[in-house]
Amino acid sequence: MSVDVATVRRIARLARIAVTEEEAQSLQHELSAILDWVEQLGEVDVDGVPPMTSTVAMAMKKRADTVTDGGRVEDILRNAPETEDGYFVVPKVVE
Amino acid sequence: MNKAVREAASQKLVEGATGRWEIVVGMEVHAQVTSQAKLFSGASTRFGADPNTNVSLVDAAMPGMLPVINEFCIAQAVRTGLGLQAKINLRSVFDRKNYFYPDLPQGYQISQYSDPLVGEGVVQLDMPDGERVEVGIERIHVEQDAGKSLHDQHPAKTYVDLNRTGVALMEIVSRPDLRSADEARAYLTKLRTILRYLGTCDGNMEEGSLRADINVSVRRPGEPLGTRCEVKNVNSIRFIGQAIEHEARRQIDLIEDGGTVEQETRLFDPRTGATRSMRSKEEAHDYRYFPDPDLLPLELEQSWVDAIAADLPELPDDKKARLIAEYGLSAYDAGILVADWETADFFEKVAAGRDGKAAANWVINDLLGALNRDGRDITDSPLSPDQLGAIIELIGEEVISGKIAKELFEIVWTEGGDPRDIVEARGLKQVTDTGAIEAAVDEVISANPDKAEQAKAKPNLAGWFVGQVMKATGGKANPQAVNALVKKKLGVE
Repeated sequence: MSVDVATVRRIARLARIAVTEEEAQSLQHELSAILDWVEQLGEVDVDGVPPMTSTVAMAMKKRADTVTDGGRVEDILRNAPETEDGYFVVPKVVE
Repeated sequence: MNKAVREAASQKLVEGATGRWEIVVGMEVHAQVTSQAKLFSGASTRFGADPNTNVSLVDAAMPGMLPVINEFCIAQAVRTGLGLQAKINLRSVFDRKNYFYPDLPQGYQISQYSDPLVGEGVVQLDMPDGERVEVGIERIHVEQDAGKSLHDQHPAKTYVDLNRTGVALMEIVSRPDLRSADEARAYLTKLRTILRYLGTCDGNMEEGSLRADINVSVRRPGEPLGTRCEVKNVNSIRFIGQAIEHEARRQIDLIEDGGTVEQETRLFDPRTGATRSMRSKEEAHDYRYFPDPDLLPLELEQSWVDAIAADLPELPDDKKARLIAEYGLSAYDAGILVADWETADFFEKVAAGRDGKAAANWVINDLLGALNRDGRDITDSPLSPDQLGAIIELIGEEVISGKIAKELFEIVWTEGGDPRDIVEARGLKQVTDTGAIEAAVDEVISANPDKAEQAKAKPNLAGWFVGQVMKATGGKANPQAVNALVKKKLGVE
């Protein structure tokens, strides 16, 4: 299975990664090679085999409905380039 | 009945320049789950906290943080599904819905896609004209809420508060079974009532606990469904009608002018009452869902679901039927009383051991009227059920007249106290002593000989005399006794 350059650009755009024309060309080959490799799995007959959702057979861990976290504004905002009055401040993104 | 092609009665069609059109509406309602902590973290869900104080490192999507599901949120969604007579899927899967926005730090929303927790259900609407509309529920899935972006704090910046990030939401998806703005309003109202009965969502639209996205399309009667537009940002039941009417009109005008409706997301503007195109997001719609590798499938035991089912409260439809059967109420009155479970509860306390119809009249007309007038909620009514009950008893015992009862109601409303004591202390007792009433009647008749003469030809004038006697006795005379005496003395029947 191979991808074309247009698909590479589309994936890059959806992932918000800037890709130059040159990079797109080489990524096309890389992605195609990865997909070809994974496609070998198609040779296995999985009729009647349920999809595997975990490597260990266990039930999902659950938590009780109690407040155990929060009140750590400094921690939350520490990496933000810009903050004000406890808010993250980002370039305007109005619709 | 095939609900997907349900046809509206002709009076619900809307007139276009080239003929009549049918409006088709489906809704996606986002209901915030009532819980203490968030869906996948231990941060609080409390509304109105200082920005970014109810945020854990999981909500902020710091590297290495893993989601752990809040079991109570799942129980709440199951409870909601059961309340909507829906199928509960014992196995459901959480998926990642990928998109970028500043109030979504993960870069994806944990949601459910192909295997939701709740399957098909139904909501019944009793329309004012007596029509019963069944609205199919397609599914309910559980997902994370996003944070809040404030765009109006700064000319070039957006401020982001993640307090809401990760709060559990139920997305309740209806089938396109609604055929008018009225039905859409009735649907959201009913859904809100059910959620509040169940205690799974507080239904507070102002705080955003309940939000509706509305899918609107139009078609000529009998034709296949038209292309729909999704209208977002409709945050009150009143605006739903406006948004649908405006959007349907826009589509009809567009088609009649030779255009075609493009499938798109539109934003409702409450200031103008209009909808406008939000953005062209044909690419943004590619959410690339895939199962969240951080979460195992959610597997429930039937016995756990059964325990929740056994604990469901009486729901509005059942309560309404019971109030009609038990207290002899009209469907209309019962419908008003069950719209809020607190009101129904209040009514039943007033009606216990008393006249049910009188209790319904007093609760609906007087109590709800006064609460509305003073902008109060039934949960902080100045009058208790016992106080209102005592007033109704006093009328039933013929201690006070209906007119005095209204005054008594206002006195208890503003001053409080035991209605029976107030009646004693202020001499509000009805005069049933025929001698005293007779004297008052005689006095009014002798003071108005002309009118008394006229009344012989126009028996309707007797009503005027009754009014005068009531006035003369300060409203305390028994109206039936006055009526009988006036007629007798005037010689009219």
